[in-house]
Amino acid sequence: MNINTHKISALTIDAARSLVESREVSAHSLAEAHYAEIESRDEAIGSFLTLTKERALQQAERIDRLAEKGDPLPRLAGVPVGIKDVLMTRGERTTAGSRFLEKFIAPYDATAVERLEAAGAVCLGKLNCDEFAMGSSNENSAFHPVRNPRDTTRVPGGSSGGSAAAVAAGFAVATLGSDTGGSIRQPAAFCGVVGLLPTYGRVSRYGLIAFASSLDHVGPLARSVKDSATLLEVIAGRDPHDSTSADVPVGKYSEECGREIRGLRIGIPKEYFGEGLDPEIREAIERRIDGLRNAGCEIVTVSLPHTEYAIPVYYIVATAEASANLARFDGVRYTTRSPQSKTLADMYRRSRDEGFGAEVKRRIILGTYALSAGYYDAYYLKAQQVRTLLTRDFQKVFTSVDAIVTPVTPTVAFKLGEKTDDPVAMYLNDIYTVTANLVGVPGISLPCGNNHEGLPIGVQILGKHFDEATVIRLAHAMEQDQQ
Amino acid sequence: MKVTEKDVAYVADLANLELTPDESTRMVADLNSILGHIDKLNELDTSNVQPLAEVVSAFAAAERTGSEKFAYAQRADVVIPGLSREAALSNAPDTDGACFRVPKVIER
Repeated sequence: MNINTHKISALTIDAARSLVESREVSAHSLAEAHYAEIESRDEAIGSFLTLTKERALQQAERIDRLAEKGDPLPRLAGVPVGIKDVLMTRGERTTAGSRFLEKFIAPYDATAVERLEAAGAVCLGKLNCDEFAMGSSNENSAFHPVRNPRDTTRVPGGSSGGSAAAVAAGFAVATLGSDTGGSIRQPAAFCGVVGLLPTYGRVSRYGLIAFASSLDHVGPLARSVKDSATLLEVIAGRDPHDSTSADVPVGKYSEECGREIRGLRIGIPKEYFGEGLDPEIREAIERRIDGLRNAGCEIVTVSLPHTEYAIPVYYIVATAEASANLARFDGVRYTTRSPQSKTLADMYRRSRDEGFGAEVKRRIILGTYALSAGYYDAYYLKAQQVRTLLTRDFQKVFTSVDAIVTPVTPTVAFKLGEKTDDPVAMYLNDIYTVTANLVGVPGISLPCGNNHEGLPIGVQILGKHFDEATVIRLAHAMEQDQQ
Repeated sequence: MKVTEKDVAYVADLANLELTPDESTRMVADLNSILGHIDKLNELDTSNVQPLAEVVSAFAAAERTGSEKFAYAQRADVVIPGLSREAALSNAPDTDGACFRVPKVIER
């Protein structure tokens, strides 16, 4: 084995693939080297819930046989990846970070996972997350929290905290996450990696354990904009198994990296730079905006006037949909049943009570309340109407600009335990990310420097529906600007 | 509009959740705090605004109308095998080999 820790933690997709293609390192040793890192250092981080060694090494050996024969290798040949534990992996434990599914063995593969493996990726294991992807700090995992590799007293963000931490810590070259209100972008920002939110409908959700179906997206986390673009190319596109996956041609996103950005019009929404934003984050983002201006972009101040209503809309819509999606966990089909139950109704209640954690119950109750007779119009209908207003804000702005640049989070990664007692404070952490899900537009979170404590700061670019190409092109230019 | 213990008990019943007295007290406080924030929506007059439930039909096929918007999701009317019975039952806590088994529903 001739690959050390330092090399592993900086490995990109292209670098990993060429090591395997040139047979400098076998896919098998590359996978083993990553497992060695996980086994020696993940105890302090907590990013993995399950290692899928047999499956990973079989795939690696398959790739090595192709390489030995000199056959052309697929796009992600031998690239070690991790999968957020809300995506099904056939024959492997898939828990969604919940006690309820502690022993659940997925009967089929999620489409995104199937496509990664078909492209030669080696799936190392399943990554920790907030229970049913509900959370912004990964402290809602029923098993154990994840710690931020940049400072283990701090959270990695959530809900794809394990996915971001694994990339940052050098446990996987890239990972899959899911994003319902910021769950890819926020942990990417907290851990100093790249997180890509594809347009709603761009990537199949078949095999994703549903949280809020009108807001859920599957997307990649990686070490570079180009890697995230490459992964998107592999996982994107129509899937007959998901009727919400759109029939829109998939671009060659990785080729956007390096393309000219001169002449692009960039909107800076003033509502995203107001009160509550950490001044160091504001400065870091303003420096990137200056960089875009110097590169020939036209920078214009724009207004998204309904921004302050996004969090209340989100927490009604998301919890209402969650209360319906989580009704399936009833003690009949999914491994957990309370042993004490004597009647059917009793079995439902006790199984759900024992299986779900506090945040999941809180959201089910809130969502059920918002949908219940007498409150439907006041909460759910009202939220859907304001969702229309948020969408109009974006439609209007996108008639005059090609993309929008904003912060990802109001603060850098906070300490474990800092916000666990105050659900509203925790929810407000998502203020800059939830709108993209409500409107369905694509976005990316990429690192743009560190604060005075050395903690990573993220910047977000949002684009028009199905225009990931412009988002990636701009993100790549921004990434180069800081190197 | 304050949520009470009684409201929480009613909603928990609808959601098939059982809450301990401690959980219930905490839930009342949390719900009131969250709904207090959500009440901000009442600042907006939405009397002439259409609700938006999903974004696919609004953007993915903006030029189409009605069910045509979802034409891409249609397929030929042919039988395709689904999950096998064995796979579907494989995670169940209790089965008789062919069906899910649950506690008795009707008492005689």
